[in-house]
Amino acid sequence: MKRLPVNLLIGAALVMLVIGAAALSLIWTPHDYTDMNIRGKFGPPSETHWLGTDQLGRDVVSQLMAAARNSMAVALAAVLIGGSIGTALGLLASAIGGWVEDLVMRIADIGFAFPALLFAIMLAAVFGPSLTNAILAISFINIPVFARVARASANQIWTREYVTAAQAAGLTRAAISRDHILPNIAAPIIVQATIEFAVAILAEAALSYLGLGAQPPAPSWGRMLSEAQTLMYLAPQLAIYPGLCIVTAVLGFGLLGDGLRDVTDPRLVRER
Amino acid sequence: MTTLVEVKSVSRHYRMPREHLLRAPEVLTAVNSASFTLNRGETLGIVGESGSGKSTLARMVMAFEAPDSGEIRFDGTDIHALGASDLRRMRQRFQMIFQDPFGSLDPRRKIGWSIAEPLRVTHAETPAHKTAEALEQVGLRAADADKYPHEFSGGQRQRIAIARAIVTRPDLIVADEAVSALDVSVQAQILNLLMDLQDELGLAMLFISHDLAVVASICDQLLVMQHGKTLEYGAATQILNAPAHDYTKSLLTAAGA
Repeated sequence: MKRLPVNLLIGAALVMLVIGAAALSLIWTPHDYTDMNIRGKFGPPSETHWLGTDQLGRDVVSQLMAAARNSMAVALAAVLIGGSIGTALGLLASAIGGWVEDLVMRIADIGFAFPALLFAIMLAAVFGPSLTNAILAISFINIPVFARVARASANQIWTREYVTAAQAAGLTRAAISRDHILPNIAAPIIVQATIEFAVAILAEAALSYLGLGAQPPAPSWGRMLSEAQTLMYLAPQLAIYPGLCIVTAVLGFGLLGDGLRDVTDPRLVRER
Repeated sequence: MTTLVEVKSVSRHYRMPREHLLRAPEVLTAVNSASFTLNRGETLGIVGESGSGKSTLARMVMAFEAPDSGEIRFDGTDIHALGASDLRRMRQRFQMIFQDPFGSLDPRRKIGWSIAEPLRVTHAETPAHKTAEALEQVGLRAADADKYPHEFSGGQRQRIAIARAIVTRPDLIVADEAVSALDVSVQAQILNLLMDLQDELGLAMLFISHDLAVVASICDQLLVMQHGKTLEYGAATQILNAPAHDYTKSLLTAAGA
């Protein structure tokens, strides 16, 4: 048994913590995160409110947990949508080659050149701020990332002899992409998806911080952060908690992705 | 004997990467007007050093790339004039064995799946007994179909690759350096297997190798290539006993014959 890299283990632990909290919030939170209690605002940590209450007397732990659920849902949807479209485009470009490949990759380059957050702000300005639009915006910025990874990995697989053997057998390029290319590029795609998950969490937090993502009363780390900002001198802890959550989630998925890459990248670890 | 493959003055050029902005890029002639005929059930060896164009010639016979001039007829049909779907169907009749037994099988697929792959092109459902039969013909067990390629040795993998090539009952097998990656003892086993299968199934074989010693033992005809040109073409016994060209003589010396 090979020893697993440290970053993989730490990342997995952090990710499980965040996902665990998000999953738990589906069935249980200490309090309803929308319950207000103006007289109990800015409450200190106590037995009933573990991390205290915010400016409206809402339970901070419950809000953080519900926000984790939202954050995971947005990131998952965005990575799935952007990842599927991007991977499909990358496979297509690689399978057809020639000017089609050039066209797809140059469009992807344009996508790369465009600041992601600026694009999301533009989208929100046109269609109005909402969680759906935040998901769409984050999905969209994921497409060129996955297209590039998929195409680069697929081009490598196309040179393998078993692909030539499949061509000799009479398979179409579409069938080869499905039967041989996709299963063999799954590893780098999954690694990329894990890393993009971290990016998506950060993007969701940033959009919500700017008021372009989750709308009140839907809980979001980014929005909690922006609301707490005005109260920095009164209750700095309200800004620190969601900040720590964002750091935990982004660091967790980032480390997990790095660790997975270390384990799967043949340039680092010989397979045979 | 009836003719199966007829190659008529086939040429193939590659354009080299442009080295100077104002000068036309150099053109490399990989195959220069090569011709041969291969009868059913016979073996033709194509010999030459790397860069001689022998693999390019094989790739054109397999219709992986088209010749710039000349034509290649398989059982009377010009394969490079066929439409894409007709060609795919025709591919059932000529199969290929590759050099690298570690690279020619998809590591993520069970070998039964890989062997049945050519069958799936024409059959909606693959008959399991055909896969089993092919495995047994190459000296493996039918139960091996459920294993993955990494569970086999290089020689066994080459047997699997051969099973895959014969599963559609082709008329022609193109073997591109099919034994050069194997140990000498395993080479002999695989060559014997190929000759047995040839007798059993009436296969014609196109055997590409840089090693004249390997080719000499199994071929009826020989074609010696250097720098894309055909130096000698004729009956194997004649070329081996009385090589007309110095290059063939040097190959013979290198092979220790």
